[in-house]
Amino acid sequence: MRRSRAQRHPVGAPAPTRHRPRPQLHPGAWWLWSLSLGTAATRTTNPLLLSLLITTSAYVVAACRPDTPTARSYTAFVRLALAVIAIRLVFALALGSPIPGTHTLLTLPEVPLPDWTQGIRLGGRVTAESLLAALYDGLRLATLLICVGAANALANPSRLLKSLPGALYEIGVAVVVALTFAPNLIADVQRLRAARRLRGRPDRGIRGLAQVGLPVLEGALERSVALAAAMDARGYGRTADVPPAVRRTTTALTLGGLLGVCAGTYGLLTAEGGTYGLPVLLAGLTAALAGLSLGGRRSLRTRYRPDPWNLRAWLVTGSGAAVAAALTFAASHDPAALHPGLVPLVAPALPLWPAAAVLLGLLPAFLAPTSKEQP
Amino acid sequence: MIRFDDVSVTYDGAAEPTVTGVDFEIPEGELVLLAGPSGVGKSTVLGTVSGLVPHFTGGTLRGRVTVAGRDTRTHKPRELADVVGTVGQDPLSHFVTDTVEDELAYGMESLGLPPAVMRRRVEETLDLLGLADLRSRPIATLSGGQQQRVAIGSVLTPHPKVLVLDEPTSALDPAAAEEVLAVLQRLVHDLGATVLMAEHRLERVVQYADQIALLPSPGTPPILGTPAEVMAVSPVYPPVVALGRLAGWTPLPMTVRDARRRAADLRQRLEDRDDIALQGRGAAIDVRLPPRGRDQPQRTRSRQPSTPPELPDEKPIRRRRFRRRHTPTPPPSPHPADVQDLAVTHGHIQALRNITLTLTPGGILALMGRNGAGKSTLLNTLVGLVAPAAGSVTVGGAVGLVPQEPRDLLYADTVAAECTAADADAGAAPGTCRTLVSELLPGVPDDTHPRDLSEGQRLTLALAVVLTARPSLLLLDEPTRGLDYAAKARLVTLLRELATRGHAIVLATHDVELAAELAHRVVLLAEGEVIADGPTAEVVVSSPSFAPQVTKILAPQQWLTVTQVKAALAREPRSEESPS
Repeated sequence: MRRSRAQRHPVGAPAPTRHRPRPQLHPGAWWLWSLSLGTAATRTTNPLLLSLLITTSAYVVAACRPDTPTARSYTAFVRLALAVIAIRLVFALALGSPIPGTHTLLTLPEVPLPDWTQGIRLGGRVTAESLLAALYDGLRLATLLICVGAANALANPSRLLKSLPGALYEIGVAVVVALTFAPNLIADVQRLRAARRLRGRPDRGIRGLAQVGLPVLEGALERSVALAAAMDARGYGRTADVPPAVRRTTTALTLGGLLGVCAGTYGLLTAEGGTYGLPVLLAGLTAALAGLSLGGRRSLRTRYRPDPWNLRAWLVTGSGAAVAAALTFAASHDPAALHPGLVPLVAPALPLWPAAAVLLGLLPAFLAPTSKEQP
Repeated sequence: MIRFDDVSVTYDGAAEPTVTGVDFEIPEGELVLLAGPSGVGKSTVLGTVSGLVPHFTGGTLRGRVTVAGRDTRTHKPRELADVVGTVGQDPLSHFVTDTVEDELAYGMESLGLPPAVMRRRVEETLDLLGLADLRSRPIATLSGGQQQRVAIGSVLTPHPKVLVLDEPTSALDPAAAEEVLAVLQRLVHDLGATVLMAEHRLERVVQYADQIALLPSPGTPPILGTPAEVMAVSPVYPPVVALGRLAGWTPLPMTVRDARRRAADLRQRLEDRDDIALQGRGAAIDVRLPPRGRDQPQRTRSRQPSTPPELPDEKPIRRRRFRRRHTPTPPPSPHPADVQDLAVTHGHIQALRNITLTLTPGGILALMGRNGAGKSTLLNTLVGLVAPAAGSVTVGGAVGLVPQEPRDLLYADTVAAECTAADADAGAAPGTCRTLVSELLPGVPDDTHPRDLSEGQRLTLALAVVLTARPSLLLLDEPTRGLDYAAKARLVTLLRELATRGHAIVLATHDVELAAELAHRVVLLAEGEVIADGPTAEVVVSSPSFAPQVTKILAPQQWLTVTQVKAALAREPRSEESPS
């Protein structure tokens, strides 16, 4: 039975072997999907919707993340998100909030402050409204962070690098190397703290950390220098000879383009620049992009097996975009559902169709579960 | 292929040049070994080939280095990347990307090779180095030998004419080292690559070298010649050469095979002098046994599960961990350490399983096995850094561990400050550590920065710091990494002396020669389990990869080291016809 089924597979389809070459999905698709979910999160303060967004991204991460060290950073992002909520609550407790509330939960002793600190309050009345507002706000920020964490876990930033335009590649490598610096630093701290315990010294506390700090930085610096040497010896930064005219045009286009983008954005944002804003912005963008592609000529680099942008990538990106679009639309049409009232205090309700829209974000879990197959 | 024209290198701020008078040529398709004691500038010479010296490191290079016709003065390292492939001492600091396949492609991407060529070369290199199964693995999860092969592969893909390797096998276990060297030999023989490499463990590499460039001491010009010529005058030499020198063979043998062919006579002489040489229980070996059979690994293990409170839960261990340094009399154990049915897990991985070991005072135990077999984990468990998942670890007193990177133990700016801190940490009388340092490391001024010490000196300083707490059990993790033969000999003397004073010593090491020289007992680990445990002679003689060179040469007689052979030869022969 099983065999006959297996034979029914089309001949060309690759057998799901243990050493599947690499996850097929373009890393850009994952980033767009995650950032779309993040955008959706900024449109609402409804804790139920936000929790749904978090659950959606967490489910997709659990289903699709590859078994790489960066994939494990997801938990770190979750912890960071929890810390953000906690900090936001502590601030609301200690500093009070401008939200007028009637439900007083407790009253902290208020610290009298001089006049010039007008508007700042230390201690005093803590109301349910202000705490809830802080919680909603913190949760929104936390959702955003978790979405970035999901992108990080699903698509290694260094894979994204492959899709960068040639002119930006060198900067990209520098950024990625800087990103890997942090995990190495943590590993070093752990190793040195173990060594401190070997000498019978306290490995915790500020003093312990401070004494470990210098050797850790020293080691990290040495490793970075060694890496830089290795990269140099392996041809990082080789450039092709381009005629000076091309080089000058590149510089002019890039700089001019960026200036145009700045001016255009300014025009769009100010009231009186409504007429020239958009055209200037577009012209600037075009010039900057032309500069970039011309700058790519200086770079000799070729790409090894770049990730293809295929139908699945479109679908994953599309599902994220749909969530963002739906919530943006809902936020303008039914703001009350997406921003549950604080004054007067009401229990948040789950708006039905925005919630259904958020579930669209689950699509990648069914489209791209293959990356799990990596050994 | 590589031409040095009277090259000398002076680093900024240094009074004298690090290397001078380097003037030789390496023809295409040769494997040249750069040998010499530590600190003679081997890495500097290697760096001049890739252009990293002086373009990256700074300093002044006089003379001229030409690689494949390109002058390194006018070509930066990145412009030499297509002709020179460089692998440094630490493969981990060499990796730019994070999976094997991407890493192999990185160099070619930088050079701008067409995608079709890259694809083909990656596949070829995966096969050449036996990495095909690991292609999509994150590099961080690979073992040391695998990482070293990936590092070599990553510089091979652009098809450089020259490979420059700095200590490619120092961090590897014997089997992995052979793997890497076999690949290098294949590159030289089949692809005509030119290889220049520096290595301390000459016993591993000397047989592969076509020529040796010897830097005898700092600031002296190198001597270039065939291995046999150079080894005759070299201050550093592997055991096979030591035995050849002792027996007066000319030309000196470079391989075990060469030496075996000439050794018939030597075996006969040894047999004349030592009637029990055949059983490997010669007097020479007796010298190395700890006093009066205190070390009886097999029997202690099975005969008396004599030992302490069978409290399989973690509580007693936890407590021991906190009390480690502070109480002079922790849970009474008759042995420096007693390990019963120990298991340790890291995440999902079972790092150690069913380990049962009893250590005796004055005994030296060598832990050997592949990279990743669990040696370091076992040491960390003994010292209390890792909590056992099952079983028990009982120690009879303080335990001291010198980690793989001795620098981790040293924080202070000067040797004196380090000693003061060590005294305070250990609760020892002021001056204890400094006395130890003066004893172990004579002539090191108080105000030296630990970083400015040589590799061997730093190890000894860390050892002194650890010894300040008077541990009854001393653990060393890979102590000979980066040590030259002289430093290693000093370490051996030192550890022997400590053992006679009653310290139990455990070494985790890949260095079979060190284990043969020093250990009374060898424990082989594989995948977290003990696969062999017994007196050194028994365990290493029967293992092809862990047998020292002298054993291989003189088999079936069971000699382990040149020192033993020398001692035996010094005795009167039993028969009357002495060769006088």
